[in-house]
Amino acid sequence: MSASVHAASADAGFVELISRTAVLRERNIDTDQIIPARFLTTTERKGLGRFAFNDWRYLADGSPNPEFELNKPHNAGAAILVAGRNFGCGSSREHAPWALTDLGLRAVISSEIADIFRSNALKNGLLPIVVAQDLLDELLDRPGIELRIDVRTRSLHLPDGRAVEFPLDAFAQTCLIEGVDQLGYLLRQIDAIHHFEQRREAARNTTQEQTHAR
Amino acid sequence: MTTTTPHPTTLFEKLWNAHLVAPESEAAPAVLYIDLHLIHEVTSPQAFAELEARGLSPRRPDLTKGTLDHSTPTLPAGTDGRLPYYTAEAEHQVDTLRRNCERHGVELFDFDSEHRGIVHVIGPELGLTQPGQTIVCGDSHTATHGAFGALAFGIGTSEVGHVLATQCLLQRRAKTLAINVEGELAPGVGAKDLILHVIGEIGVNGGTGHVIEYRGSTIRALSMDERMTVCNMSIEAGARAGLIAPDQVTYDYLAKTPRAPRGADWDEAVARWSQFKTDDGAAFDREVHIDASAIKPTLTWGTHPGQVAAIDAQLPRGRDADEAKALAYMGFDGGAAMAGRPVDVVFVGSCTNSRLSDLRQAAEVLRGRHVHPRVRMLVVPGSEQVKRDAEAEGIDAIVRAAGAEWREPGCSMCIAMNGDLVGAGQLAVSTSNRNFEGRQGKGARTLLASPLTAAACAVAGHVVDPRAYLDPAFNPSIKEVA
Repeated sequence: MSASVHAASADAGFVELISRTAVLRERNIDTDQIIPARFLTTTERKGLGRFAFNDWRYLADGSPNPEFELNKPHNAGAAILVAGRNFGCGSSREHAPWALTDLGLRAVISSEIADIFRSNALKNGLLPIVVAQDLLDELLDRPGIELRIDVRTRSLHLPDGRAVEFPLDAFAQTCLIEGVDQLGYLLRQIDAIHHFEQRREAARNTTQEQTHAR
Repeated sequence: MTTTTPHPTTLFEKLWNAHLVAPESEAAPAVLYIDLHLIHEVTSPQAFAELEARGLSPRRPDLTKGTLDHSTPTLPAGTDGRLPYYTAEAEHQVDTLRRNCERHGVELFDFDSEHRGIVHVIGPELGLTQPGQTIVCGDSHTATHGAFGALAFGIGTSEVGHVLATQCLLQRRAKTLAINVEGELAPGVGAKDLILHVIGEIGVNGGTGHVIEYRGSTIRALSMDERMTVCNMSIEAGARAGLIAPDQVTYDYLAKTPRAPRGADWDEAVARWSQFKTDDGAAFDREVHIDASAIKPTLTWGTHPGQVAAIDAQLPRGRDADEAKALAYMGFDGGAAMAGRPVDVVFVGSCTNSRLSDLRQAAEVLRGRHVHPRVRMLVVPGSEQVKRDAEAEGIDAIVRAAGAEWREPGCSMCIAMNGDLVGAGQLAVSTSNRNFEGRQGKGARTLLASPLTAAACAVAGHVVDPRAYLDPAFNPSIKEVA
């Protein structure tokens, strides 16, 4: 296993990741490729890694496709996926990041990552990293290099010493590092939510009284 | 609730501001209130499980509505009264939603309901979808509801749990993209051709990070069904949401729906709804201009919805590795003509094109004609309501007489979870929204098209220009047939 994650546990925090990269050069890898819809009848969120990239990963007879990058022995244990532009487009299925994390991936690097996939990934400790197209092209051309990802400094460190910053929302960063539970955070806003509902209800009633009085 | 606007604002900004429980800061995203939460069997079970693990109940079951659509059979129950589920797991998933809704007091449009159907078809037709709302669902085609001037977008299952528990979401404000469409659509060219053309123009990632507002004379002239087709595919351009400002067309549609406000409440609602429009002079982050009059019947040729071509165009020659891979998957030769390719399957249905007006268009082509012997054609109404209305007009009879299958409502062959599959290597012309590899079945090849084009291809047995089937002599109102 070449990947290491400096964290108390997968749920509790994600500070730093050191891993070799595995590369899927295709652009626009959609969530139907990441996990085909026929595997979505599950009511569980665990164990979906075996379906990840199913139709690329297995041949018609069910055996592993030796041509598929993630099946190649040198990619075993890679926790960083480098993929062509616009990764994760398509359906909102959270099964996509569930399948990828179950496969052992902790970060996806592309020059563009689809909005819903990105949001889902961050809720599952899978770090979406958007880099400039020229850096992506370089990473696509150099599969298997070891990268260090530092969530604290939002930076990507290449073997030649270069450090590249990547955009990461401060809230998402805190959630990753401190293992902040987003539902727990929302539940702490419940008073504000209650006040919002009351305010709207009052405004609606006032308008209705005015309308009925006319 | 009246607010004074210091500067002209966009429809999106008005919707956003009206639902802010807490504004965003650098440290934290905004807390956005959700007016309507639609749930279905596929993306909700893990969310309910999460709530139960935390000892929580849904905060507003009254604002939550459930339906069964994705993994449900489109064949009727057998003589034993049992529905022919594709897998036991699919049936278990449906039972799970049923149990969750019952336990938590959430209204579910189950098989015994006259309102069951595809989540994005029933919300609007019941009048649950209304202008000025925020609407979410664990389904990326929630963008459909934006046709009513509602901020509607797809969410993941964790967020389904967030909304169930708090009726709110943590959100960063999106950028705005105006797509201005001017000019008249030519005969035989419809909303589906328009949105496929738009996606081809801006690309499958053209709307990433943005909420789209569709504007202009062409959009204003569209019916609600057509506006829904346009907004539905916003996600295919990368945008989580697509909006169209409400107008008289919207109000006329909603006035006929069972759950719209009534009487004085209706007047109050229309007054409130009509505030939800972009002010003159409001600035968008980006603007795109589309000439509608130049659009021809449009289909996809590749493996994502941005790979489109007009019906009379030639396929590209594989200008890069991705195009070459798409052409190879589709079994197409670069540079060959779009038209004339033999078709195996035709699907009319999905949240994009399964409403009454879509089925009427398909029926217009099918009436008095027969589906080519090579072709298997499925027509799947979007809801029980659509099915009833279509049958009252005799559309089911036309479909069956043409040799096509008339099915029960559901997502069916769009997502192919329920056993309605396109075979490996088969070419399907489909009115759905995604032509990804294997989307309609492992190895299936999909051409996305309008209902008119799909029906024309079914009759011809190959990809064909639907305008050839629009002889004015053959254009009777379906109503006269019944």
